[in-house]
Amino acid sequence: MSAFQIPVATTRSVTGIPTGRLAIWWVLASEIVIFGGLVTCYILFRLRHPEWAAEAAHTKLAAGAFNTFVLLTSSLSVVLAHLAATKKDTVNAKRYLTYTILGGLVFLCVKAYEYTSEISHGFTITRSVFWSFYYTATALHALHVVGGMTIMAIILPDVAKGKFLPRVEYIGIYWHFVDLVWLFLFPLFYIASAA
Amino acid sequence: MNPSSVTAPAHQADAHAHHEPQGFFSKYLFSCDHKVIALQYTLTGMFMAVVGVYMSYVFRMHLANPTAHIPFYGVLSPAAYNSLVTNHGTIMIFWVAMPVLLAGLGNYCIPLMIGCDDMVFPRVNRLSFQIFFLSTVLLLLGFIAPGGAFGGAWTSYPPLSAKADYNMTPWGNKIWLLAVALEIVAFLLGGINFITTAMNSRAKGMKMFDMPVLVWMIVIATIIFMMSVGPLVAGAVMLLLDQTVGTHFFGAQGGDPVLWQHLFWFFGHPEVYVLLLPELGVVCEIICVFSRKPLFGYKTMVYTTFMVGILSMVVWAHHQFVAGIDPRMASIFSLTTIIISIPVAVIMFGMIATMFKGSIDFKVPMLWAVGIIVEFLLGGVTGIYLGSSALDVYFHDTYFVVAHFHYTLIPLVAFGGFAIFTYYFPKVTGKMLDERLGQIHFWGTAIAFNFVFIPLFFSGLAGEHRRIYDYSGFAELATPGMLKMRVIATHALLVMMAFQLPFIWNVLKSLFAGAPAGANPWKANTLEWAADSPPPHGNWPELPEVHRGPYEYSVPGREDDYWPQNAAN
Repeated sequence: MSAFQIPVATTRSVTGIPTGRLAIWWVLASEIVIFGGLVTCYILFRLRHPEWAAEAAHTKLAAGAFNTFVLLTSSLSVVLAHLAATKKDTVNAKRYLTYTILGGLVFLCVKAYEYTSEISHGFTITRSVFWSFYYTATALHALHVVGGMTIMAIILPDVAKGKFLPRVEYIGIYWHFVDLVWLFLFPLFYIASAA
Repeated sequence: MNPSSVTAPAHQADAHAHHEPQGFFSKYLFSCDHKVIALQYTLTGMFMAVVGVYMSYVFRMHLANPTAHIPFYGVLSPAAYNSLVTNHGTIMIFWVAMPVLLAGLGNYCIPLMIGCDDMVFPRVNRLSFQIFFLSTVLLLLGFIAPGGAFGGAWTSYPPLSAKADYNMTPWGNKIWLLAVALEIVAFLLGGINFITTAMNSRAKGMKMFDMPVLVWMIVIATIIFMMSVGPLVAGAVMLLLDQTVGTHFFGAQGGDPVLWQHLFWFFGHPEVYVLLLPELGVVCEIICVFSRKPLFGYKTMVYTTFMVGILSMVVWAHHQFVAGIDPRMASIFSLTTIIISIPVAVIMFGMIATMFKGSIDFKVPMLWAVGIIVEFLLGGVTGIYLGSSALDVYFHDTYFVVAHFHYTLIPLVAFGGFAIFTYYFPKVTGKMLDERLGQIHFWGTAIAFNFVFIPLFFSGLAGEHRRIYDYSGFAELATPGMLKMRVIATHALLVMMAFQLPFIWNVLKSLFAGAPAGANPWKANTLEWAADSPPPHGNWPELPEVHRGPYEYSVPGREDDYWPQNAAN
């Protein structure tokens, strides 16, 4: 296979927006409707089933609140990584990206603790449709966290060498989206337990 | 972040230094070239079309003569009948229409029409096809899985699709769902490429409204696809969990089976417009070229298309008038459904007005284009019957519905596919097709097509229900009169299939002994005709610059009746 060459098309920017940033926004647009569809289904069910409030009381509010804090902090560190990347400060860009990955890792550990505890108390995915939605939505979100962490780990060596620095911005935009989805899931599944 | 730092790797890539990949595998199987990927999509789609037609042949033969031994198949069992009907629908929509009309056409035309050398993300593009190919293989594997391929209809309604106890295809139902999900992923990757390329990579001098209307339509179709498919992705995850883990999202124990119908049709109806728009774009291009006239109301067409896209998002529940939805909602969805026929009619009138007083040359692509307008009109008008909730209660799930959507989809997918094929064959291969064989193929296909589906309108009106293996249990549907309709439709299908032979012969003959086409056989303005036929890797020796809109035909005071977009004067 011959070496891949970047075509002229990739380097053009008629809108003035870099192609990578434009594309990541379209990726998010398609992601928004995926999560939007799932969350809308849940909300419609939730309005019809006031008794789900009792089920939601069994989710771990404190753990969820802590995870919200962790994700928001990791969003801050990815912004700092972006800031460093714009200044071509590869040392700090690498450091803050690593912090972001660690933030994702803490989030997943807490999530794993929650799942274990809930399942051991009998709140499994098949217990009721509330728990089916809970596990589906949070697991789909957790997969996006894993995806974001994986991509950051892949771009980290290049960032350290100062190559493809705009990628820090693009993964940052994606990470904010993952954060934003959680800001919908947290109140819907954890807080809205008293109704 | 300023754009120049982002485009840093750009300066290493020299427009003149495209190396043609060598060797069969790197050139045809693992190429990142948009034209090769377009051909991969198109040829896979055409192969699947043969599979899909074969399925329809088997079940139409069965319907015309139940219990008979079907040549090239054998005796059709009830379970196999369900599998074939289901997979015929699935394949024709997801594995023929989507790859040929959207992925193949878009990949070929977008970079060529906007004057750049490739898609913005060629490797994502290649990945998109590879995932699509995987989904194709997966879907076909369903037929050799234990229990056979999924037979719960292409809409896959739960609870039938959710439990293997009901659908009797423990493997088939999951394979079907995974294949559809993978196929959607492939088109999402491709779609992001399409939109970004058209937005960011247009040739120097090409403004938004200098793009051919085909590019607009493909991009708008892609946006509709992206905005509507998300809930179905979520729904597919939920259905897969219902099938495998035993959740009850769509079950009776706390869940809601109608929810799936909403998720499916929220995608399923916009999908019709995803297939329609690229086709209408092609018809616009062909009609302008073969009428030697500018497109009537270019900007109106584009705005109208946006309107179609927005309205297409709010019509979905007209598929569910008998599913027990609120009657007040039924009136709203009847209204939106009938409103959406207005912008579509505007586009159709624009096409007819383009032909008005033009010097029309009925070459084969033009025949197909006009054929689309005529036949699609019949499909569209019968759609207004079905959009009215009062009538739909009677027509629902009868052959009237089957005939209606085949009257929209066959003009779009089959006629449209042949229009694309005959229009772009000279560009793709550098050879001209035979006109006479093309005309035989067109008239044979078009006339036989009407004889397949007009009888089905009448049997549907008489109450013939679809998806029935054996009508002998229903006295009023097993009459000789009803059987006669089925027999006419089946015979016409055989005639239609036979008339594909001149097409195959034409393609083979022209590939080896066709007249050389030259760069611009149709004397068209758009940029793809400024490249060599076939265009090399990188498309042009030097990327073109654009000086005017795409439809400057018969400009007064010019010697030629066309004025290519890239010509300096």
